[in-house]
Parts: sequence; structure tokens; C-alpha cells
Amino acid sequence: MTLVISLTVFVLAAFVGLEVITKVPPTLHTPLMSGSNAISGITIVGAIAAAGSGSGTTATVLGVVALVFATVNVVGGFMVTDRMLEMFKKDRS
Amino acid sequence: MSNELAAVAYLVAAVLFILGLKRLGSPATARNGNRLASIGMLVAVVVALVDQGILDYVWVAVGLVVGAAIGAILARRVEMTGMPELVAVFNGLGGGASALVAASSFLGGDPDGVVTLLTLSLSVLIGGVTFTGSLVAYGKLAGRIPGRPVNFPGQVVFDGLLGMVAIGSVAWFTATGDDIGLWVLAGVALVLGLTRVLPIGGGDMPVVIAFLNSLSGIAASMAGFALESAVLIIAGALVGASGLILTMIMVKAMNRTLIGVLAGGFGDGDGGGSGPIGDKPVRQGTAEDLGVVLAYAQSVVVVPGYGLAVAQAQHALRDLANELADRGVDVRYAIHPVAGRMPGHMNVLLAEADVPYDQLYDLEDINPDLPRTDVALVVGANDVVNPAAREDASSPIYGMPILDVDYATTTIVIKRSLSPGFAGIDNPLFYEDGTYMFFADAKAALEDLSREVKEA
Repeated sequence: MTLVISLTVFVLAAFVGLEVITKVPPTLHTPLMSGSNAISGITIVGAIAAAGSGSGTTATVLGVVALVFATVNVVGGFMVTDRMLEMFKKDRS
Repeated sequence: MSNELAAVAYLVAAVLFILGLKRLGSPATARNGNRLASIGMLVAVVVALVDQGILDYVWVAVGLVVGAAIGAILARRVEMTGMPELVAVFNGLGGGASALVAASSFLGGDPDGVVTLLTLSLSVLIGGVTFTGSLVAYGKLAGRIPGRPVNFPGQVVFDGLLGMVAIGSVAWFTATGDDIGLWVLAGVALVLGLTRVLPIGGGDMPVVIAFLNSLSGIAASMAGFALESAVLIIAGALVGASGLILTMIMVKAMNRTLIGVLAGGFGDGDGGGSGPIGDKPVRQGTAEDLGVVLAYAQSVVVVPGYGLAVAQAQHALRDLANELADRGVDVRYAIHPVAGRMPGHMNVLLAEADVPYDQLYDLEDINPDLPRTDVALVVGANDVVNPAAREDASSPIYGMPILDVDYATTTIVIKRSLSPGFAGIDNPLFYEDGTYMFFADAKAALEDLSREVKEA
């Protein structure tokens, strides 16, 4: 990918993010933060490659640590967000 | 799996992230949205696992299992009051992971090219700062390190020098691709995270974790530039945007500027200061009197502050609200953006106590109704209902958006004592004619009021 394409993707995604997230009501800001936090664990994709590429001890160790960090982030983030959202209920009346 | 197929699968993941965030726009669809996003992540992980280039699955399996176990335990065990601490830790891990991925991919692949090296080093820098900065934020929120601003002599000069070394090593590493530049940069980033967050007061941590949330996304995006991975760039940009929006909302609600918060030195972060209190008379109410006032009101607006959560009184509040609702009183909750310890925190705490979300109102939505409200019941909140923010240009909180509870016919304030709030400022609301003070622990007070309402 050339830099220009990467930048294009980045800028467009940032605008989509601004548009979508501005519409999230304050009531949901904590789950939004923990949920988006889990999404930022997307680095897990890079970490899997880094941990499994078998290219040198240092690179592998760093990759495995990265993978543990990112997996905690992803699994914990989505689970705790679900736990919170489960509690949000509408008035029964 | 062919490259094209993998790229399409990653695109599906990115679309699921966006749809998931979109569904987080309403409480009715939010849980489903979170699931969509997690499915997107699962797709991305599966593609990464079957993609070419993985030689050793043992360490990958170890990393995934260990990380998933820790994440699941943390997510299950955390108390809702401890959510800011957990989010701070997750932010830090996300940032740290991006920095490590960048470093590992450099050491493992010896990439070159100015763009790759520049974005690798930015990922290490931003991710490293996010990692240690988040750990400090966690420490401050959990009370493990002092909440007050921690300064040392020459800090500004020190940080300035560190900043210059950081920029210098980014430039040098980009130009030469030398390992040493990367290690220097990693060290500087880790120290910078510490020295930049330590001087920020505990009360400003909601802004800090929102900002670190944004940085963790940017770090992932930078790693995406370096690894030429569109899904990383997109997901990182989404999170960067989300964190930035939340940061600006909190900054505005606290009447601060982002620069002002990040410069640090504001607030002791330990709550109840001990500023001088005027000896003006206040009107106190008994549970019996106030129970009657509440029971015969038509409309009640409850303003919960973090003192409510400290007293573990959310359920007692919900019981009182039920008691009132059974008598036909219209009960609503007014939530100030800084009512909890992170954006939206109070809403989660009330949801946990089975308060329906459609009774929760934001500041802009409830303020126009307060002049027509019979009783405003303030529980454990102070600065967010201080009329000085609206009227007294000399007040330090002047200009901060507040809930106009003083416009309600009667205001009841449940509070332990007259001590000033976090900002250490006296509150004229307490001395107004329409205000009754009820000095008690929030939980005991709400239980007493429920009983009196039942008997009224």
C-alpha cells in the first residue's frame, strides 16, 4: 500500500468515526469507551504475525508479550462492555 | 488464503466495527452492536491465524490463551465503581501492544522505507506513552499513588528535553533505520508517559483516560501504516476519533481546556478540601418533613453525584424512586457529564441498580424542565449544582455547565457536612431559601426518606 492510500483510508475512517460516535448519547459513553477500547486491540492481528513469524528470539518475545496484551484488551474489553450493556434496561411500565 | 481473500475478510471486520459502533448509538441496540464488533474482531483474528507467514503456532496459542484468561477474569471480577481503573489498564495494554508489535516487526523483518520507519517509530512513541501514562492513571484512580499533582523541580525543562530527544530519535531512526534509535525512543516514550501524567490531578483523570483511549487508537493506526494493514488503520482511526470526542466532551463539562488539563497541577484529587466556610445559616430538614415534601410532589428530579456511589446508595435511591413512583410522582434523574469518574460512569452505576435508562436525562435535556420541577433531590453532588458557575464571574468554576437545581421549587441536598466539594468552593445553593439540607450518610438518608414517604 502506498502512503497516499494509507492516509486516505486513515482520514476517511477518522471522519466515519467522528460521525458515528457523535451520535452516541452520554448514557452510553462508558460502554462506548470500553467497547472502542476493545476495538483498538485490533493490534492483535499484528501481534499474531509477530509472535508466530519465527524471526529471531527478541522479535518473538516482544510479539508474544504484545499478543498477551492485545488479547487481554480484546477479550476483557468486549466482555466487560457486554456486562455493562446487559444492565441497561428500559422501564417496564 | 490468498492476499485478496484476506484483504476482503479484513474489510468485513472493519465494516463490522463501524456497524457495531453505530449500534452503540442507542441503549436498545448497543449490546447487539458490541457483539457485532466482537464478531468483527473474531473474523480478523481467524484471518490472521490462517494467513501465510505463521511458522510457529505454539507461542501464538500461548499468547492467546493467557491473554484471554486474564482478560476474562478482569472483566468478570471488576466492580462497576472500578470501571475507570479497568479502562485505564486496557488502554495501556492496547498502546503497549501496538508499540511492541511495531518493535517486533522491525526486529523480525528489517523493513526499510521512510514511511515504514517513520510510522513504526510513531507507533513505538505513542504506544509507549500510552502504556506508562495509563498505568499512572490507573494508580491515581485506584489510590495506589497520590491523586494530587506530583511535581519535581525542573519538570518542565525535563519534559521539554525528553520531547526533543523523542523527536530527534524519531528523525534519526527514520533516516538510518538503526536499532539503537528505536531503543532510545522506547525508553524516552516510557519515561514521558510517567512524567506527563504524574503532574495531573486525580480529578482530571476522566479527561486523561479518554485522551489515552484516543492515543491507543492512534498507536494502532500507526502500526497499521507500518504493517500496511488497512484494518489496523481503520480500527485505530475509529478509536482515535472516539477517544478525542469523549475527551472534548469531558473538558467542556469540566470548564477546562485540554492543554490546561495536560499541563497538570490542578486539584488535589482527594475530594473534600478544607476551604473556609461562611457561617451563613442553612435550613435543615428532618427525614419526616422531607419525606412529606417528596411524597406530595408531582415531579422530582434526582441529581446523583459520585458521593452516592461512595456510600453504595444506588439501590437505596432506586427504592425511594420506586416508592415515589408508586404514589404517582414523576421521577427522573439528571446526570451531569462529570457525575462519575469517567464519561457515562454514573449511568452505568444506576443501570446496575436497575434504574431504567429512559429515566436518565442529560444536562441539556433536563435543565429546561427544572424551573417546572417541584423537588430537586441532590445526593452526593456539589460542584455540578453550584449556581456560582452561572452567576459569579469571580468563581473558579464560572462558566462550567451546571444543573440548575436552584430553579426548582424546592431543593433537597443530602450531604455529609457543609464541606466544599472537589474544587474547594463554597456553594451558595446551600443557603438559598428554597433549599433544605439533610446532613447524613447518603444511604441512611435515602432509607429514612423511603420509610417516611411510605408513611406519608
